[in-house]
Amino acid sequence: MPLLAILLLAAGTYAFRIAGPALGHRLTLSDRVRHLLAVAAAVLLVALVATGALTQGHGFAGWARPSGVLVAGLLALRRAPFPLVVVAGAATTAVLRLCGVA
Amino acid sequence: MRSLLRTVDRVTLRDIALVCLADALVGASFGAIGVSGGLPVWVPITMSLLVFAGGSQFAAVGLVLSGGGAVAAVATGLVLNARLLPFGFTVADVLEGPWWRRLLGAQLLTDETAAFALLQPDRRRRRAAYWLCGVALFAVWNASVVLGAFAGGLIGETGALGLDAAFPAVLLALVLPSLTDRRTRAAALAGAVVAVAATPYLPGGLPVLLALLGLVFAGRGAAAGPDPVPDAEPAPDPESVPDPEPHPGNGKPVGRTSRGSGPSAPITEEVH
Repeated sequence: MPLLAILLLAAGTYAFRIAGPALGHRLTLSDRVRHLLAVAAAVLLVALVATGALTQGHGFAGWARPSGVLVAGLLALRRAPFPLVVVAGAATTAVLRLCGVA
Repeated sequence: MRSLLRTVDRVTLRDIALVCLADALVGASFGAIGVSGGLPVWVPITMSLLVFAGGSQFAAVGLVLSGGGAVAAVATGLVLNARLLPFGFTVADVLEGPWWRRLLGAQLLTDETAAFALLQPDRRRRRAAYWLCGVALFAVWNASVVLGAFAGGLIGETGALGLDAAFPAVLLALVLPSLTDRRTRAAALAGAVVAVAATPYLPGGLPVLLALLGLVFAGRGAAAGPDPVPDAEPAPDPESVPDPEPHPGNGKPVGRTSRGSGPSAPITEEVH
């Protein structure tokens, strides 16, 4: 993660933040744009979950990692506390690897 | 600060504290997982100070650690943070005042601060809730990332500990609450299938951006009119119903209708 990348992400994010307070009276966003932006965020996050859980480089990540993510997802669905969700996910993957599952 | 504390009611103060606690845990995981995954300590710390948007931080670092390019990481983070744009318009009245206050206050804009501000009944309390939540979150988030980053340096074997599963696990916990809407789910599922299917063939990071194709299933949104204009339009919209309220978004969480629950379920909220 080069510094330039962090600066670009920070600058762009700040631009999104300041646009409303700076232009508030001169511009409004349509409901359709608001809706699309919200859905876009969800779409990207789910895609990150899917690729992060299932793939490594250009191939399959093995069964241990998606199994851990699945356990975490089930716990999150049941509104388990955040630390438990993350630790249980990692622990599932770790135990499976200990048992020889890649 | 003291007058801000007096302006906001006890329940809101408690909820802000809970959100801070929850985000502290997320921040500590961000620092720890990033550094134990191989990033230098300064990367998560600098990111947290300058970007201050947890979801995009996790996404960008996750992409880089899994072999994606920096360009894709920046692009993904920016698309994720584009949702701050409507929040900015919704809380614009909260940040009115001297230019320096506007510039500083904008950096504190997150999902959480916008949500807390919009829950308040009047402008004075919206402003107090926004600044309280924003300053507290900024302090807590950055402190916890620093702690996590140094703790992460002590962790040795990330693979054996299953820490590679922690990144997708965190993101999943963050995104689940926003999947209550059927169309959002359809779009997300389609996007995920596209991204996974494209992974063997495209350079790292691009498949995730390609997932945005899933937006064709996004629909028009519950509140969209019969002929919505896709671009931003000038404020005095002649067709809009006259609004007796002097400020936009008064007490109504306009930009949050398709997102998850309110701040009563802090951890399930999209972080920052």
